[in-house]
Amino acid sequence: MQLVLEKRAERSNTIALVSPLIAIGLTLVTMSILFAILGKNPVSALAAYFIAPLTDSYSLQEIAVKATPLVMIAIGLSLCYLANAWNIGAEGQFLIGAVAGSWLAVKTQGTGAGPWVLPVMLLLGAPAGALYALIPALCKVKFGASEILTSLMLVYVADLFLDYLVRGPWRDPAGFNFPTTAEFDPVATVPVLIEGGRLHLGAVIALVVVAAGAVLLGKTIKGFEIRVVGAAPRAARFGGFNSNQLVLLTFAISGALAGMAGIIEVAGPVGHLQPGISPGYGFTAIIVAFLGRLNPVGILIAGLFLALTFIGGEQAQIAMKIPLDVTKVFQGILLFYVLACDSLILYRFRLIFASRQVA
Amino acid sequence: MLDSTPAAPHTGATPLLQTIGLTKRYGDFLANENIDIDIWPQQIHALLGENGAGKSTLVKTVYGLIQPSDGEMRWLGEKMVLSGPSEARARGIGMVFQHFSLFDNLTVAENVALGLAGKESFKDMSARLEQVSNVYGLPLDPRREVWQLSVGERQRIEIVRALMQNPKFLILDEPTAVLTPQEADQLFVVLERLKAEGRAILYISHKLEEVKRLCDTATILRGGKKVSTCNPREETAASLARMMVGADIKQVKAPASRQTTVPRLVVNDLGLEPDDPHGVRLEHISFELKGGEILGIAGVAGNGQDELFAALSGERLAKDPGTVVIEGIAAGHLSITKRRKLGAAFVPEERLGHGTAPRMKLSENALLTGHAASGMVQHGFVNTVATLKTVDRATEAFDVRKAKRDPEAASLSGGNLQKFIVGREILRNPTVLVVSQPTWGVDAGAAAVIRQALLDLAAAGAAVLVTSQDLDELAEIADRIAVMFHGHLSEPLKTADASREKLGLLMGGSSLEPTEAAHAVGA
Amino acid sequence: MELIEAIILAVLAASTPLLLAATGELVTERAGVLNLGVEGMMIVGAACGFGGAWLTGSIIIGALCGIVAGTLLSLVFAMMTLGLAVNQVATGLALTILGIGLSGLIGAGFVGERITPAPHLHLPVLTDIPLVGRILFGEDAFVYLSLALVVAVWLFLYRTRAGLVLRAVGDNHVSAHALGYPVLKIRMFAVMFGGACAGLAGAYLPLAYTPFFIPGMTAGRGWIALALVVFASWRPGRLVVGAYLFGAVTILQLHAQGWGVGIPSQFMSALPYLATVIVLVLISRARTGGSTAPAALGTVFVPDR
Repeated sequence: MQLVLEKRAERSNTIALVSPLIAIGLTLVTMSILFAILGKNPVSALAAYFIAPLTDSYSLQEIAVKATPLVMIAIGLSLCYLANAWNIGAEGQFLIGAVAGSWLAVKTQGTGAGPWVLPVMLLLGAPAGALYALIPALCKVKFGASEILTSLMLVYVADLFLDYLVRGPWRDPAGFNFPTTAEFDPVATVPVLIEGGRLHLGAVIALVVVAAGAVLLGKTIKGFEIRVVGAAPRAARFGGFNSNQLVLLTFAISGALAGMAGIIEVAGPVGHLQPGISPGYGFTAIIVAFLGRLNPVGILIAGLFLALTFIGGEQAQIAMKIPLDVTKVFQGILLFYVLACDSLILYRFRLIFASRQVA
Repeated sequence: MLDSTPAAPHTGATPLLQTIGLTKRYGDFLANENIDIDIWPQQIHALLGENGAGKSTLVKTVYGLIQPSDGEMRWLGEKMVLSGPSEARARGIGMVFQHFSLFDNLTVAENVALGLAGKESFKDMSARLEQVSNVYGLPLDPRREVWQLSVGERQRIEIVRALMQNPKFLILDEPTAVLTPQEADQLFVVLERLKAEGRAILYISHKLEEVKRLCDTATILRGGKKVSTCNPREETAASLARMMVGADIKQVKAPASRQTTVPRLVVNDLGLEPDDPHGVRLEHISFELKGGEILGIAGVAGNGQDELFAALSGERLAKDPGTVVIEGIAAGHLSITKRRKLGAAFVPEERLGHGTAPRMKLSENALLTGHAASGMVQHGFVNTVATLKTVDRATEAFDVRKAKRDPEAASLSGGNLQKFIVGREILRNPTVLVVSQPTWGVDAGAAAVIRQALLDLAAAGAAVLVTSQDLDELAEIADRIAVMFHGHLSEPLKTADASREKLGLLMGGSSLEPTEAAHAVGA
Repeated sequence: MELIEAIILAVLAASTPLLLAATGELVTERAGVLNLGVEGMMIVGAACGFGGAWLTGSIIIGALCGIVAGTLLSLVFAMMTLGLAVNQVATGLALTILGIGLSGLIGAGFVGERITPAPHLHLPVLTDIPLVGRILFGEDAFVYLSLALVVAVWLFLYRTRAGLVLRAVGDNHVSAHALGYPVLKIRMFAVMFGGACAGLAGAYLPLAYTPFFIPGMTAGRGWIALALVVFASWRPGRLVVGAYLFGAVTILQLHAQGWGVGIPSQFMSALPYLATVIVLVLISRARTGGSTAPAALGTVFVPDR
């Protein structure tokens, strides 16, 4: 007797709706087991992760603050992944965008420059991220080199570049030798939306990006091209769609969004440029993109959910001494379950009763 | 030489292989229903049926690749349950598939080794391979890599691999689908020899003349059931066809004579380097196609038809714009979208993955080729009303059967999907239509609809180019027929002058006799 | 002379984890599976390897722990991509993220601890030969194991029937299935072998390279190993060349930093990563008919019955 996998005639819409819930359920069960192994009470741990952050306004704002870069980057990544172009370097594009925008902030530091500074910073971050993303894209299109590996290598390069800048030329002279720039001037800082919290304009920008993504993918011919090129490349070619162009376009958009997220993060919640401005946003955004099924609204929900786990993780560490690594494990496990459950949309299991020997 | 000749035939008593009530179910679908068939040694037994009748399922069951849902098989009178192909081979059942199980980047010897049980050393096997291949007139060099070989040579690997196991019973699935008439004759010589050696042969085909020529007995399948077993030499092609299809197929009506108008598609000395190492280079292709006529291109698969399609459609661009001229405009450098705007339409050979995106809806697939013209895209936004309307129109005009209004392309049957694909192109009223293998793998009813649609389109003044491996089809609908061989296109012959012998010669690469050529060209 | 000998020894050490991980991934990819989770498997191997050695005092047990850890993680990957036909790229990335998280959790208890590193070979006369003695006869077991492994893999792929079948599966899984070969089973073993090698490669780092464990100590080596497989055109011989070249680049840039070359240290540290990008570009350009990727690499296989 054997359990085999076979393709469904048509995708199952019921599974498509239900699978993220099943995946979350399975993850919670697995995490409970993990907490028990770590010697923590599973119920309180889960409460600390998921309930506690929802109970006060500051935490809720923090969730939005954390979700902002995740959602922005993930929307861009979803375009790439739909086109079968695997941008793994969003983390690097995030950093480069942050660096590009920070250049202006550092340059105009203390000069009493006008309110034009912040918009220009944001406008610098996006193209910088886009250009940085075009490097692996061009390597793929012109030379056939794997964009997965090249984009990832460039993350390490960007990280080292940032490190060099904040320890060297851009280091705050009055900063006790810490590797960081001086605090940005108010004109170079993203405004906060609600007093007493850190929720800032970036969240609004993120929502706009979600809407734009939804329109692009669902309603425009370009969005259709992106979807076809990934789903059926030969058919896309037959339809007259240029896959090279689409790879470049999606990488550029994705890089721009990551770069913009980078400078918003630096000019907003952080307030200065330093190593470690990103706790792996570029990589977590990959999880968000898949969790959200490469769909803009799904990404918004997934981004908020994962942000919740970040904040929850911090709270659980304070309240119950649960290591922060557990958050990463949780995210990895969740992604696994989502991928596994999603496979049931296209395939189903069947029990067969005749044995089949190997050749 | 092979080690030993098979045992003497069991005349009269028990058949070599017997299936009793063999049934295979896939969900609700019965691929084989209650099939009884007897295989005797020293006989070539034909298995007839059109696409989808259940022939492949039956032989896969006999070969151990599929487990039957019901019924049993008997070998030499004893019940036989096969756990897999290796057990089938061990019993003496060999099979040559229609779609080769070969590995392009491995050598001939390695490919053969993979099909054998591996009991002898690689060196010994290689030597024996060369021997066997020479003895049967199917020479092979063990060291060559498969991607370098022609289709006929690749089939040799499959056959020699099967022969090396000294099978009592050899199954061949549509072996001549990919051979020229001359290569097919050579194959028949081999099969006669095998029969004389006392083996049993099961020959799957839908080519009636071939079956009448070669086979001693024939079993006909239709819709998964066995219709009858008969002696093909006592039947006519028409009576066999009737048993296969169940009813007289509607004769395709071609108008008495077609008026041709202006040249709509002209190809001038087209040459093209292949895209990948396994491709064929196009050389000096030239022809002129006028509105109102259908030009057929015959030829065995793998002689450049794919490359020609790509060059005509614009999926591959030519260096010189003047090599492809559409409606009088040099188009060799134009993209497929621009060629569609000039009024051209294209139907590729592969329905799923090339002609359509399998997991996308029909409306999206209508958008795939329709976005350039016909109002489906406004200011960059998709007009879903327009795309759905196209689906509806194609469904109605071409009788596309589907489960709901806008299903995924992959959920349609082959024939219905092909009708949709042809329909969506014809609904744009193209003046040039390039079609590749229009009825490959399509049921007879749908095939008739499609062929009639092509004829009607030509009658309305369009220029239609049809590439097909089915000579009967071309004879039915084409005004002229040309042959592709190794990237060259022959001079088109008028259909009336294109005998099977002439076409066969051209397909095999020989040129016609000077006198014959003179008759053909003076059109 | 002393300096050259020291550099060569350092290169050997730096190249070994790359060679081990890349050899395993090469076998996986020859079977047609792309496992991007090498970094995740390596780092879990590092954490478990160190933990095993620290708890038991035995390097061998540590190495075994690393191997088992890598293999178990690769099994998860196999279940998803082979059992559930999930996209291999997404699963590999998930595996890396999970592996990094898991290694942080497991290794948390070991940070700051030290063990006695793996012993180096010392043969009576041979090891003392000037210049080549220590290189050929004075290294630790991992180095020799990595070279032996490459030879074994080469023999397996090109001189055994099982290796032929594996190559066939990676070339055309449809044909292999039609011939009756258990494609999914063969791929599963290939994936597990890759996991075992990655786990061992990761364990090498805290057991022999530096005798302690820090979170993230693999520093992207798993990704470089993936690039090496491409660089080697999926052939074991070229893999050795690639691994040692990369080791050399890593070591030379470290030394260059010490030589007071006027370039900031971060740029030098970035060299191996930039070199990877350049190598990938060059090797992809140079590719012609012969040495291409296994034709079925990365494609999903769901057998029909």
